[in-house]
Amino acid sequence: MFLVLTIASLAGLFVLLHAFFLAAVQVLVYAGAVMVLFLFVIMLLDLRAEERQRVRVFSAVSGLIAVGAILLVFLQTLLQGSLGSDQSPSLEGSTIPLGHVLFTRFLLPFEIVSLLLLVAMVGVILLSKKDLK
Amino acid sequence: MSIGIEHYLVVSAILFCLGLLGVIVRRNLLIMYMGLELMLNAANLALVAFSRFNNNLDGQVFVFFIITVAAAEVAVGLALIVALYRKRQTAHVEDLTLMKL
Repeated sequence: MFLVLTIASLAGLFVLLHAFFLAAVQVLVYAGAVMVLFLFVIMLLDLRAEERQRVRVFSAVSGLIAVGAILLVFLQTLLQGSLGSDQSPSLEGSTIPLGHVLFTRFLLPFEIVSLLLLVAMVGVILLSKKDLK
Repeated sequence: MSIGIEHYLVVSAILFCLGLLGVIVRRNLLIMYMGLELMLNAANLALVAFSRFNNNLDGQVFVFFIITVAAAEVAVGLALIVALYRKRQTAHVEDLTLMKL
């Protein structure tokens, strides 16, 4: 399961960027909750019959070309643009400053997100009931 | 040579393109969802890098919100996939052509 490895490595990159709180949240939410959900659904659906590859050559080639073009655009922009601030980074994304910003300037979005989580939870329970009416 | 913002952005771009490739090429709904997660994570990495190198904490707050919304989205999406599988016995997008003319 390389997705878990990728997510854990991203958490490591967050630590390197001094975003300690986000690294912890990444490990907890992604490597914990989301991965468990994915594995649970894979187990539930029993995708052994689905393993047959149905990748068409045409779609694979055209997708590769399109994605390569997008990657080229990204890298070109990176090379051209001046990302600028040469000042040595001094930002510390530990829990205290992040929580301070979260509960003062971003209080309303924070509450809206909590409401969104409640709605998602109710929706999931309703969706996974035995018979949808 | 110190690691600058460019390196993080290149990693983020590569991750995003790999996720997009997964969404485009693979036809299984679950695999497409994993590609979606990869793309969200790439955006998160870019935002955290920008936040770090511009000395602005707003990017990290934004990443926090993205993670929350992504968790809700995964929960709802996987519930939808399970409901769909229960009804149609398939998770392939090419088998789901009910609305095709």
